[in-house]
Amino acid sequence: MAHQHSVGVDDEEPQGYYQLLATAVRELLIEKGVFTADDVRHAIEAIDAISPALGARVVARAWVDPAYKERLLGDGSAAVEELGIEMAGTNLVVVENTPEVHNLVVCTLCSCYPRALLGLPPAWYKSAAYRSRAVREPRAVLAEFGTGVEDGIEVRVHDSTADMRYLVLPMRPPGTEGMSEEELARLVSRDTMIGVARVAAPG
Amino acid sequence: MTAMFAVGDRVRVRRATPPGHVRTPWYVRGRTGVVERICGAFGNPEDLAYGRSGLPKRPLYRVRFSQRELWADYTGSPRDTVDVEIYEHWLEQ
Repeated sequence: MAHQHSVGVDDEEPQGYYQLLATAVRELLIEKGVFTADDVRHAIEAIDAISPALGARVVARAWVDPAYKERLLGDGSAAVEELGIEMAGTNLVVVENTPEVHNLVVCTLCSCYPRALLGLPPAWYKSAAYRSRAVREPRAVLAEFGTGVEDGIEVRVHDSTADMRYLVLPMRPPGTEGMSEEELARLVSRDTMIGVARVAAPG
Repeated sequence: MTAMFAVGDRVRVRRATPPGHVRTPWYVRGRTGVVERICGAFGNPEDLAYGRSGLPKRPLYRVRFSQRELWADYTGSPRDTVDVEIYEHWLEQ
């Protein structure tokens, strides 16, 4: 899949047309007093403060607390907010991986992603290749991520075409009995919550 | 909100090609699936995209399709599915 740079002021490459346009509009709006440069800084910092570690906390809690897991599967946003994580109007649907079903999330139309919980999506998630192939040949895409799924297991793709956002609740790997919630959360990576990877057993 | 369809209903996605911003993907238009859940009512994205109010809110469903039925040459398991969010005005019995 083609490598893509994320757009950002920290990019060292020459600015493209739309990056220059965005900068010009932003600076005009600051000049006109619509907002300040500090407002922009704070907004960027707020987004940067969100990382997949938040999603990992939710997964770990669901693993150790079956009642929480049921609430999470019933109303994702409400359950996430129980942990003090702000979901800001996100309609979160949590889909659970089981021995029968492996879930995979994509937005074929654009790049809808549970940003309030996981932060910014990776470049590959936004690529035309992922967005078209994930619905068309999910098992081939999963294999390219190193995730083989047996024929007897259903691969269920979720296309975020409208107002819902999705989080995969990956399966808890064996050999994790007795681990603390914090230790469990550290096992959970972003890719396992998108569905392209499984949580690896520790050690 | 009164929803026209219930969980478990077989529904077909209208085969229509309106202009403008549409969030019903091409690969399910004209295809049949099963309602997996009713998501609630939301503003119509086809109007919101043009700065209109998007009101009245429309019921949104998740519809589950069989991959083997969607793609003639699908090589994965016959169990494989794809769940897509579709607005009520795009669905018929």
